Amino acid sequence: MARITMREAISQALWEEMERDPKVFILGEEVGVWGGTYAVTKGFYDHFGPDRVRDTPIAEAAIVGSAIGAALTGLRPVAEIMTINFAFSAMDHIVNQAAKIHYMFGGQMTVPLVIRAVSGGGRQLGATHSQTPDAIFAHFPGLKVVAPGTPADAKGLLKAAIRSDDPVLFIEHATLYQVRGEVPEGDYIVPLGKSTVQREGRDLTLVTYSKMLEVSTKAADQLAREGIEVEIVDLRSLRPLDMGPVLASFKKTNRAVIVEEGWKSYGVGSEVAARLYEEAFDYVDAPIKRVAQKEVPLPYNRTLEQSAIPGVEDVITAVKEVLHG
Amino acid sequence: MEKSEHFRLYHEMVVIRRLEEKAAELYQQGKIGGFLHLYIGQEAVSTGLISARRPEDRVITAYRDHGVAINCGLSAREVMAELLGKATGCSKGKGGSMHMADVHKNFWGGHAIVGAHLPIAAGLALGDAYVGNQAVTMCMFGDGATNIGYFHEALNLSKVWNLPVLWVCENNLYGMGTAVERASAVSEISQKALGYGMPSRRVNGMDLMEVRQVASEMIEQIRQGAGPMMLEAITYRFRGHSMGDPERYRKPEEVHRYQENDPIGIYRRYLIDQKIGTEDELNALDDDAMAVVQDAVEFAEASPEPAPEELYTNVYVEA
Ligand SMILES: Cc1ncc(C[n+]2csc(CCOP(=O)(O)OP(=O)(O)O)c2C)c(N)n1
Ligand SMILES: [Mg+2]
Repeated sequence: MARITMREAISQALWEEMERDPKVFILGEEVGVWGGTYAVTKGFYDHFGPDRVRDTPIAEAAIVGSAIGAALTGLRPVAEIMTINFAFSAMDHIVNQAAKIHYMFGGQMTVPLVIRAVSGGGRQLGATHSQTPDAIFAHFPGLKVVAPGTPADAKGLLKAAIRSDDPVLFIEHATLYQVRGEVPEGDYIVPLGKSTVQREGRDLTLVTYSKMLEVSTKAADQLAREGIEVEIVDLRSLRPLDMGPVLASFKKTNRAVIVEEGWKSYGVGSEVAARLYEEAFDYVDAPIKRVAQKEVPLPYNRTLEQSAIPGVEDVITAVKEVLHG
Repeated sequence: MEKSEHFRLYHEMVVIRRLEEKAAELYQQGKIGGFLHLYIGQEAVSTGLISARRPEDRVITAYRDHGVAINCGLSAREVMAELLGKATGCSKGKGGSMHMADVHKNFWGGHAIVGAHLPIAAGLALGDAYVGNQAVTMCMFGDGATNIGYFHEALNLSKVWNLPVLWVCENNLYGMGTAVERASAVSEISQKALGYGMPSRRVNGMDLMEVRQVASEMIEQIRQGAGPMMLEAITYRFRGHSMGDPERYRKPEEVHRYQENDPIGIYRRYLIDQKIGTEDELNALDDDAMAVVQDAVEFAEASPEPAPEELYTNVYVEA
């Protein structure tokens, strides 16, 4: 196993899948000559050529729409949407077309499409460029949504997404690209729709994913120094949502905090909390808490922006509130 | 044009240049964050265009908006303060580089989603047409923005409703790293106006006088009810797309070639050749522009951060 960055892990998965299957190709803005806005596809254009690494015009609807069409013919496009904020410009094709075609035509057609998009705030990019709208996409049956929090999961989930016959939105986080972790070499697959325990603990269950896994882990380290042992369940996939490990952990700790970067209302935390109340009500020892973004569009000013995004302190406070009432 | 007006425009262009050079420095020092898209090289487009407007005419543009803000009459102070995210910035530090605006100066903003402001521009013009005033809306956008659906929907709508809009494409030959001919079916962007039955003109965007002349003619025709038109200004950005652009898509020689056609240099030569100004007079304007920018930096640095409660203001108009 090699210790590589999230960026390298994603890049490796793409590279290996393109080497393995000539039907896999990439399209998106600045994926070719530029090498990817976040340098994920650096070197791909020279190696795979312009037919398989296709620079597109700025036209998100056409990027996703044409990828759907190509997928219908049996190709396996990986469409890069520079940031998830621009996916709104392709919303119809993502949620009204990609997510529905297989069902609506009685299973005749399949859309083996991957959409990669960068989510998250914290970089002073202002209100339109800093959103974490992951939950919105997870609302639609027919679309799979994954959001890895570690380099290994990024590699394994991306490979699974590319091999999946369903449309998958693969969400990356802009501030995780430099994070390092052990990543298995070669064909390493993490199945879609499986959450996992990232850290064991007896006192409370922290449910989280993507960037907030990092924040939650830091909080857990600090809490451990005070003798509080939290268990962290990483959702990894938002749809299908795998409640198995969450429920198992909750039945052990009887307390939960859900940490997400996006807004609280109608969010991932709302879904997980509701499912815990529905499926494990008898195990609830304290009100379940959600840690999420303040309900404002993110401002440019650094201090204001940071105050709106959940941080380590917010997680620690929520954990202590749940533990001590 | 009066000598004083020439001097005002020259001074404005130099203020924009110095302000952005300073902004690049402050970015390197970590005092400006996020994206910073410099307008350096393109100053003649907005300076020429906006000099042709009346105060009631509206201006709207994309995220490359610092120059446009200055041309619309925002002070260097409030632009610099916005870049530093201060409470005294034109958007109270909430918008940053990409979101300058001042509605009282009829500057309806920098907008960061490519092409999204074009339908909004049609709506601004609709507002004026609806009440029957004589205002014209100038909507500026890049070559890359003409490939997204918003552009086509907006142009079509503006023609169908005969809206008073001047569509101004700043063709700087690239959208990020993608050359126009790699992304657009036609490299002459003005041809796209044809499909919407719209008159169009192409100008040298490095030449302030040419931009101003042609823009004035078009704006007046639109004001008289001729309907929307498109102006394509051929220009070039001397810096990267934003800060930290590896610029693998173009050669330094190409950039140097265009830098020889500096819009400020071209205008300066014009002023001297036409005996409108002397070297000494223009040098004095240069010095003053530097002082304006220096003052703006001092003002911005000394300005307060937004209060923590500002996080929650302006989400809604009503409580
Ligand atoms: C809908 C959307 N897609 C992608 C982007 C990312 N992006 C920002 S600027 C830009 C290039 C725009 O090029 P152009 O319109 O020519 O303007 P220029 O930067 O050259 O002034 C891209 C792709 C965005 N902001 N919005
Ligand atoms: Mg351009």
